[in-house]
Amino acid sequence: MSAPGESGAPVIAVRGLTKRFGGRTVVDRLSLAVAPGRIMGFLGPNGSGKTTTIRMLCGLLTPDEGEGTCLGLDIRRDAAAIKRQVGYMTQKFSYYEDMSVEENLTFVARVYGLSGIRGHVDAALERLGLADRRRQLAGELSGGWKQRLALAASVLHAPRLLLLDEPTAGVDPKARRDFWEQIHQLADDGITVLVSTHYMDEAERCHQIAYIAYGQLLAEGTVAEVVAGAGLVTYTASAQTPRASVVELARRLRGLPGIDLLAPFGAALHVGGGDAALLEQTLAAVRADAAFSWRRDQPSLEDVFIHLMGRSRDNFQGAGL
Amino acid sequence: MSAAFSLRRMLAMIGKEFVQMRRDRPTFAMMVGIPLLQLVLFGFAINSDPRHLPTAVLDADHGPFGRALVAALEASTYFDVERMVASEAEADHLLARGKLQFMVSIPPDFSRQVARGDHPALLVEADATDPAATSGALNTLQELAEDAIAPDLTGPLALLKAGPPPFELRIHRRYNEEAVSQYNVVPGLMGVVLTMTMVMMTALSVTRERDRGTMENLLVMPLSPLEIMVGKITPYVLVGYLQVAVILAASLWVFHVPLVGNLLLVMLSSVLYIIANLAVGFTFSTLARNQTQALQLTLFYFLPSILLSGFMFPYRGMPVWAQTIGEILPLTHFMRIVRGVMLKGNGWTDIAGEVGMLALILLVVSVIAVRRFRRTLD
Repeated sequence: MSAPGESGAPVIAVRGLTKRFGGRTVVDRLSLAVAPGRIMGFLGPNGSGKTTTIRMLCGLLTPDEGEGTCLGLDIRRDAAAIKRQVGYMTQKFSYYEDMSVEENLTFVARVYGLSGIRGHVDAALERLGLADRRRQLAGELSGGWKQRLALAASVLHAPRLLLLDEPTAGVDPKARRDFWEQIHQLADDGITVLVSTHYMDEAERCHQIAYIAYGQLLAEGTVAEVVAGAGLVTYTASAQTPRASVVELARRLRGLPGIDLLAPFGAALHVGGGDAALLEQTLAAVRADAAFSWRRDQPSLEDVFIHLMGRSRDNFQGAGL
Repeated sequence: MSAAFSLRRMLAMIGKEFVQMRRDRPTFAMMVGIPLLQLVLFGFAINSDPRHLPTAVLDADHGPFGRALVAALEASTYFDVERMVASEAEADHLLARGKLQFMVSIPPDFSRQVARGDHPALLVEADATDPAATSGALNTLQELAEDAIAPDLTGPLALLKAGPPPFELRIHRRYNEEAVSQYNVVPGLMGVVLTMTMVMMTALSVTRERDRGTMENLLVMPLSPLEIMVGKITPYVLVGYLQVAVILAASLWVFHVPLVGNLLLVMLSSVLYIIANLAVGFTFSTLARNQTQALQLTLFYFLPSILLSGFMFPYRGMPVWAQTIGEILPLTHFMRIVRGVMLKGNGWTDIAGEVGMLALILLVVSVIAVRRFRRTLD
């Protein structure tokens, strides 16, 4: 772990963050540390507490338990001061659709009390390639352009921390790539970024990732560290004859000891398990079948996450009994 | 393949509507609540033939007939003789401020003149700004006065019973001599229009931010609740002022409502009234979860406002509980100010109490609004 900006106090440092909504624990004793200038990918299934965590970090929600700092400021006491230095991009587009691009940016600049509003707005429009569309109503923009506008508006006041809640949901691949280029540019300028996403390719673009499910932090570190830490062993079975059915093979394997992961990919089946010895013992019997060729491979990040999610669900349900 | 109408499909649709109706509790409560509110207001609060109207008597006669008349007024259900006044000026003042509905003047020597058969005049002055409030009482007055005196017409005076009434009843409808109801309705309408539009506009403004998802963004920005509230309200103050100007122009030049008092007073108190209504609307928008609920709350507020403020029905005809509700509604006070200034020529000191009430309501509502407005999404 030796990325630029590693030195210095963490920008986000929270411990034991807990939030309950009507008796349901949405975020459960979550601890997180993000160093300055890093891009932290925040991953987890829907409803795992990503949005709630982000909202607690920027002062939109008050944690029920836990403590910590954001930009060196206490998340409970200094919510107002944190808000001034944080840029937050909401999951749903939350600027004014009945206002033009320029009017939206001007409003934001004025609320943050920036001096030389025109200059700030023009620079932001230029930087994000929105200059031609300045007079267009935000509601008429396509998803990709709306996302650009939202990013431009959320960094207008030069925040030190950027919180992005699924910024690329529903955006085409080209726009996503451009967007990530901008995120890296911002991080290079020293802004710390926490970005939640469902896309694995995006997770791999982060310096560091954190994976949460059912409100609990399950894994944290670089992509390589998280993959290695999961201790998952995977094989790919490729069909050798046209009649060999991957679905049939999956049905045979499902529920057998050591098999934690089964995912068909076209004419191939991805098989994995947390216990290497048990997995190989089970597979030994099946590998005799010449209809499939077997190859051990590296688990993907997606394999790891699905595996982690399955395991934590078992724990979660086990705890409930 | 499929028929134009299928019972199964229609039942599916009906089923879905029932499920959604059950989920939307506030709307359901409103559907039950509004008829109940109307029943209570129309059934118990409203009385178009008000009784127990505050009356003062100026008795310069001190004779038997004067005393008999006062006793008869008191015995009737229409007049409550609340005080005896010493001078015409005092009575004028009380009428102008709306403390009195009627003023009965018994001239000096009234008893003796009746006895002599001189047919003296008995003067009754009524605050006729709202013609409906006085008509019932005035209709009974002639008969009531004759009956009051009749028992005293004994001996040689018994002759007077046979002829025309032994005195002349002079009714003087103050402030609205021809009993033109527009004079009363049009200035009041200004308050009603402002109540509906101003409350609705601001009630929707905050819930709109919530419905469109822009509230979350607004909350992470360094804006205080007071800044948001004042920012949201101010544009509508101008819109409200435009409405005031239009209605005032129409009432003066189309309906020819007299303007006895100072126009400036109406204009200034309108500002206060507009802001008070906007604050009420803002409070509703902090209570409602979405725009539909905000509209329902507005309706729930609008109904008692027009019914209990004295706009449609005489304020004095209502029972005490309804009058108390009326007192906490800004429209009641604004109605008194506008009618007072335009029709009675009220000056600053006459309306100070009502203006003070408006300011108090504004203060209380603003405090609630700012406190209710949450900085977080908790």
